[in-house]
Amino acid sequence: MTSAINDTHITSPPGPRAEWLKRHGKWLIILPPLLFLLVFFLIPFGFALSISFADTAIRVPPFTDILSVDPDWHIHVTLNLANFKYLFTDEVYGLSYLYSLKTAFFSTVICLLIGYPMAYGIARTSKSTQSILLLIIILPFWTSFLLRVYALEGIIRETGLLNSALLWLGIIAHPLQIMRTSLAVYLGIIYSYLPFMVLPLFATLEKLDHSLLEAAGDLGSPPWRAFLEVTLPLSVPGIVAGSMLVFIPAIGEFVIPTLLGGPDNLMIGRVLWDEFFGNRDWPVASAVAIAFLVLLVGPIAVYQHYSTKQLEA
Amino acid sequence: MENRISPLLVSVLCIGIAILYIPILVLIGYSFNASALVSVWGGFSTSWYTALLHNDQILDAAWLSLKIGVVVSTGSVILGTLAAISLVRFKIFRGRLLLTGMVNAPLVMPEIITGITQLLLFVSMLQVLGWPHRGFTTIVIAHIAFCSAYVTITVQSRLASADRSLEEAAMDLGSGPVRAFIDTTLPSIAPALASSWLLSFTLSLDDLVISSFVSGPGASTLPMVIFSKVKLGVSPDVNALASLMIGLVGACVLFAGYLMRRTERQRILDAQMAER
Repeated sequence: MTSAINDTHITSPPGPRAEWLKRHGKWLIILPPLLFLLVFFLIPFGFALSISFADTAIRVPPFTDILSVDPDWHIHVTLNLANFKYLFTDEVYGLSYLYSLKTAFFSTVICLLIGYPMAYGIARTSKSTQSILLLIIILPFWTSFLLRVYALEGIIRETGLLNSALLWLGIIAHPLQIMRTSLAVYLGIIYSYLPFMVLPLFATLEKLDHSLLEAAGDLGSPPWRAFLEVTLPLSVPGIVAGSMLVFIPAIGEFVIPTLLGGPDNLMIGRVLWDEFFGNRDWPVASAVAIAFLVLLVGPIAVYQHYSTKQLEA
Repeated sequence: MENRISPLLVSVLCIGIAILYIPILVLIGYSFNASALVSVWGGFSTSWYTALLHNDQILDAAWLSLKIGVVVSTGSVILGTLAAISLVRFKIFRGRLLLTGMVNAPLVMPEIITGITQLLLFVSMLQVLGWPHRGFTTIVIAHIAFCSAYVTITVQSRLASADRSLEEAAMDLGSGPVRAFIDTTLPSIAPALASSWLLSFTLSLDDLVISSFVSGPGASTLPMVIFSKVKLGVSPDVNALASLMIGLVGACVLFAGYLMRRTERQRILDAQMAER
């Protein structure tokens, strides 16, 4: 059906429409995703920014207008900086941000310590074993965070499998209190984000040129030195990409501290959620989100830099 | 190089995989527990699964989540593929950097920020345009925004490695560029499209944080219902529901993996044929 139309295009000299299509046709492909992501992903950040300068109000939606036009067509802009000032005066925001940073940092380090040998091991197996092992790692990667955190709760709660096993073995006399502590939050993040660390690490380690290692060996380098001087430096892009994939989302984690942590484990995601749904203070919540985003720009830029580098390699 | 893995590496690998799987296996095991007390084993039973069938709240939420998942994954595959074609085939265009950034950012952006900003957009849009009302539509739009990013990444790599000679041949024989693409390259990336459809479906089905923000009254997805139940503690019917969801997602991922692997093998075979 369409081929008939195409044939006429070829036999007849290109008309103005065909000419236009040839020159601008690619925009028909580029524009839909570009516009969609622009409107529904990027522009929302602008809205959050503007609402962070608004004031709370008892109405729907619960904030005041920043722009207002009076009957004489004068436009008034009311910027309210109180929300940002509030972030610095109430110490809960600073403390929760620091706690989030600390938790995300140590979780990332532990994920790296477990994930690196895993990725290295997978990269050293044969191709067919590799694809099976990768599938085993990817499966939990796609399984719901919520469900996996819930599953972890079944292991570490007071009457869970871990305590039952330790009690039965006689290693402990009383059940360990893991739930509602920082330890539970760490376990939750490491357990949930481990695949995010292993996959990018594997991608770099797999591409590693083995002849370099052999050369190092031939020149008398012991394996551990070859590893430190060849493998490790060459896998830096994977280490950075994996660490950022764990670190950045972990700072903003909400589900894990809410379900596993106690009242003291205030992470920024939880504060944001409570501000929004509990206090219904949308302007302050927006200000928290914007401040949080500003602090994330650095790590995200690092990630983008290394991931595009890896794509080009 | 192969078969020279030290026992240390093997044990770390095994421990890592055990960490990933033991909680899930224990959860599935307990979902067949006859006892209502989650810590006591009361014998094998499927009663918690049949109880799910009589729980209207869960059934409604499941139906809503499935509907959202189908629309989201279809929309994401279309938009994500267009973005992938743009990035792979059109090397230079205005907005390329912007598109690259917007495709990569959702992968690392904390969901809670994406959720909050999108909600603020929808609320302002509703005020000015009278559309969209919070619920099905807003969840679908918000999910497509992050799922299409995953689709683009998947399709992009497949498209970059696709052989363009067939497409060029078709164009030499007089096909228009779109027609040539549909006849030659599309079939070769079709498995990548199918697997990214399945992956978008699982992402959408699993999402809690973004849905909670952009949803309105009366539209609770399955993860939202589960979350409100889980906050109260471990309960046997959630065990059953969680096991079902893990099973469904697992099946989707395995099938997607199978599709990708089959094409990979086909590609290698084709390459070997071509060399002969």
